[in-house]
Amino acid sequence: MAAVKLTSVNVATHQEMWVGRAIPRFEDEALLRGEGRFMDDLAPVPHAGHAAILRSQLAHARVTRLDASRALEHPDVLGVLTGAEVVAMSRPFPVGVEGVRPYYSAAAEVARYAGEPLAVVVARDRYVAEDALELVEVDYEPLEPVLEPQHGEVVSDRTFSYGDPDGAFSQAALIVRERFTFPRWTCAPLECYGVVADWSHAGGSLTAWANFQGPFTLHSVAAGALGLPGAKLRLITPPDSGGSFGIKATVYVYVVLLGLASRKLGLPVRWTEDRLEHLAGSATATARETEVEAAFAPDGELLGLRYDIVDDVGAYLRAPEPATTYRMHGSLGGAYRVRNVVSRNRVVLTNRCPSGLNRGFGGPQLYLPLERTMAIAAKRLGLDPAELARRNLVGADEFPYRTPSGGLYDSGDYEAALDEALELSRYAERREEQQRARAEDRLFGIGLAVVVEPSISNMGYITLAQTAEERAQSLPKSGNAEGATILITPLGGITVRVGTTPQGQGHATVCAQVVADALGVRPADVEVLTSLDTSTSAWTVASGNYSSRFSGVGAGAVHLAAQKLAAKLRTIAAQELGVEPHEVELRESKAWAGEEAISLRRLAGLAHWNPDALPPGIEAGLMETAFYSAPNLGPPDEEDRVASSAAHGFIADVAVVEVDRETGAVTVLDYTTVHDAGRLLNPLLVDGQVRGGFAHGIGPALFERIEHDEDGNLLTGSFMDYLCPTAPDLPPLRIGHLETPSPFTALGAKGLGEGNTMSVPAAIANAVADALGIDHVELPLTPPRVWDLLQ
Amino acid sequence: MKPAPFRYERPETVDETVGLLAEHGDDAKVLAGGQSLVPLLNMRMARPAVLIDINHVFNLDNITDDGGGSRVGALVRQSAAHGVSPLVDCCLPYVGHFATRNRGTVGGSIAHADASAELPLALLVAGGSVVAASTRGRREIPADEFFVTHFTTRLEPDELVVEIRWPDTGPGVAFEELAQRRGDYALCMAAAFVRDGELRVGIGSVVDRPTLLEIDPERPGASAAEQVEPYGGLHASADYLRHLVEVLVDRAIAAAGRNAA
Repeated sequence: MAAVKLTSVNVATHQEMWVGRAIPRFEDEALLRGEGRFMDDLAPVPHAGHAAILRSQLAHARVTRLDASRALEHPDVLGVLTGAEVVAMSRPFPVGVEGVRPYYSAAAEVARYAGEPLAVVVARDRYVAEDALELVEVDYEPLEPVLEPQHGEVVSDRTFSYGDPDGAFSQAALIVRERFTFPRWTCAPLECYGVVADWSHAGGSLTAWANFQGPFTLHSVAAGALGLPGAKLRLITPPDSGGSFGIKATVYVYVVLLGLASRKLGLPVRWTEDRLEHLAGSATATARETEVEAAFAPDGELLGLRYDIVDDVGAYLRAPEPATTYRMHGSLGGAYRVRNVVSRNRVVLTNRCPSGLNRGFGGPQLYLPLERTMAIAAKRLGLDPAELARRNLVGADEFPYRTPSGGLYDSGDYEAALDEALELSRYAERREEQQRARAEDRLFGIGLAVVVEPSISNMGYITLAQTAEERAQSLPKSGNAEGATILITPLGGITVRVGTTPQGQGHATVCAQVVADALGVRPADVEVLTSLDTSTSAWTVASGNYSSRFSGVGAGAVHLAAQKLAAKLRTIAAQELGVEPHEVELRESKAWAGEEAISLRRLAGLAHWNPDALPPGIEAGLMETAFYSAPNLGPPDEEDRVASSAAHGFIADVAVVEVDRETGAVTVLDYTTVHDAGRLLNPLLVDGQVRGGFAHGIGPALFERIEHDEDGNLLTGSFMDYLCPTAPDLPPLRIGHLETPSPFTALGAKGLGEGNTMSVPAAIANAVADALGIDHVELPLTPPRVWDLLQ
Repeated sequence: MKPAPFRYERPETVDETVGLLAEHGDDAKVLAGGQSLVPLLNMRMARPAVLIDINHVFNLDNITDDGGGSRVGALVRQSAAHGVSPLVDCCLPYVGHFATRNRGTVGGSIAHADASAELPLALLVAGGSVVAASTRGRREIPADEFFVTHFTTRLEPDELVVEIRWPDTGPGVAFEELAQRRGDYALCMAAAFVRDGELRVGIGSVVDRPTLLEIDPERPGASAAEQVEPYGGLHASADYLRHLVEVLVDRAIAAAGRNAA
């Protein structure tokens, strides 16, 4: 599959089509006019009470008394739901590992992290609700907190071996051994969680509006906790989102908590999380300790890899965890051709906020160790890191490439992308500049990262946490499907409804482009509804916004539905025009047969107003639903091999840094990233995702780390101390693209929203280690930490 | 993050304001730009019974020339304070962000006396002063007496900052800061003033208030570092912060010398 090189986002590769063009987002005008509709803007039911949540002050404590009587005396307090009532009224959340400590939406007897909900106070407004929180009396009996992963309870411990690792290590000319810590960090979207919950005692059902992002597997988890059949939990998402980056998957916990409050109090309840709650109690990325051993041949061939991974998921194993541990399972060797891999994966509990989805999800945690190890090996082998990478990259002629752990890399030309990155970054010149800088005693470093970016997760990979025997006892899980519906109204208006719950990426724009191509209209003619309603939308358990799945399966479902509708329009038009359906062409909002045309509006009118005139076998109306499922995503096999993702993009990054020897401050002088994400559906949106992923990767590389004190109190509980990079903190970024279409997605597109979050921490770590001339660096590389490394 | 209940007052004159302060004293808080106070209210770390909003007080936002220096009304926004003093110009880029400087006031920053705030250090090194008003009259408090410790000044509970006086320093000044992100509170900052053989150097962020230091001209940074006992913290160790004092003092003195030339 040939790679097409793009020189600029303004160059469209498919000029005659809307897909591929860098058209501006349709979403923007409403947002700029203040017409966005976010969770807190919605008032779907009248007279809702406002909730505030009482949270544990301690990381680990027995709650010996919780007395809300003084709060209930407040005239504007409507009621209180306690943790004990939560436990009585609901079931533990289901999770993919048996026998773990039960997890409820609030704690009853023992609080296991600072910030864990203990009770919900509902009042006339949020001010009063917060006043009343102070009136709830809680007595704690402190318990010893567990904060270090090595002391945490191990809830899952599995070892996977592929190929002949022992043989590979016995032949090695060089073995690199290193330990790495990937810091706990978080997504920090502008908009925090929000829920409106409306329990119906008549229906025995809960309707909840929440800024949930999927995956809708978690709808089943929430329904399970509530003891409701799926159809009795109606979940509706708002049309606009103030960002998620993974973290809003975990809103489902609060759908249950507020749902129970609504049920107990007999009134709708609304809750908007504030920033302090969000940082203390929403979710964080999994913190990972990794020991790596890598075996190399004298020429630099990577012969084998051994990982010993400990993932700290916090106080509870909460669905979809331990997915972080297995998301990258098909890509344990990254972009390299290594055939012998062993990985021991342990998942441990500590007294910290439970983990959840976070952009990159397992990728940053894998690539920091892997790419640092490659850089260290290059140094020891006397090779330039780019040369060592080149010798090990999967070759362009090897696709589709099956990795030893079962991953199926769909397409790519990794070496071409690496070459493009080296050229765009003026790599050779930068190496010469480095020599001159070193002669002047300056600390100048260059770091590379070459990573495979998996997208469109296999719903079955998580079952690797179970043994093959355990898996055999339940229904196999596989695939990744999405639905979409397209309606043409009697006047020819086109409305699309998707289940991809966009969080600001611009899905509506791309969906309009896809439909425009299929139906021969302009994107501006297409309305796209992004609000998902589990009672009325076309969705599947895999729906939602995660694993960068939109361009692959989300746009794919829209494409399929549009094709179905186009086929129907052609059939109707063929009868009117007196030709065969395959002779009909849809363009310019008309159906054409040669020089003759019939307008889309007229065709729509016919289908709605005059069904008698439709061709035989054609149903009245114009509404089609389609589901697209990515192929090749089978359940894990008996040897624990799994194609954990459907599509695999490739990224080659070059970071150039200078370190101030006096202060330890790292300045990123230049950063180049070259992507191959298959066919680019809208290059403007693509670059937005690249820049966002880059900013998100700069976070743990240079700024962000969640810290607790020795008692488990959160030290980074506000944006004063939790340091998200802001716009002026971001270094300049050069972006390049190659396009190697994926054969496994409907439109040839691959996900690309997470890749730089995976690559940037590794590339920056490599650059700083190169500048300092040392092997061991720890993220984030803040000035005080770098200065410590210099001492 | 909603504040505890408070009574809201919106006076329109200084007399009215100091009258309210005389009445409520320690129970009251003055709201100017609100860039520090409002988050503190929302986090319930500040719980005044009365909030006195001075944003509608007349004639508190004037800048007047004062023989080469400036008299800056307490309500002058930080973004409007460019040009009042070379040291203010040096430090303003480090003060928060564009948006916060459009609301935040010079007087509010000085009255708030955050040990990590730039404007108090600038005022101290510039040799400026604070004019406070109360029902008892007005008085001028030199900056080197004004700042006591964290969030604590010589202001009495019934006093309102009405004016900040920036003397003429000439161009020989500089401000150096290291923050982890643009606009953050600094890990460490240093300001220097050089004129006619006179040298004045102060540091901030690392101790409880902006502090002037005795400088050995042979080894300026090192002599400065010997005089401070920084608090280590979440973001940086005491050793690192002491080292930063040395580096930033050296840089500030060198830059002030260049600016003076």
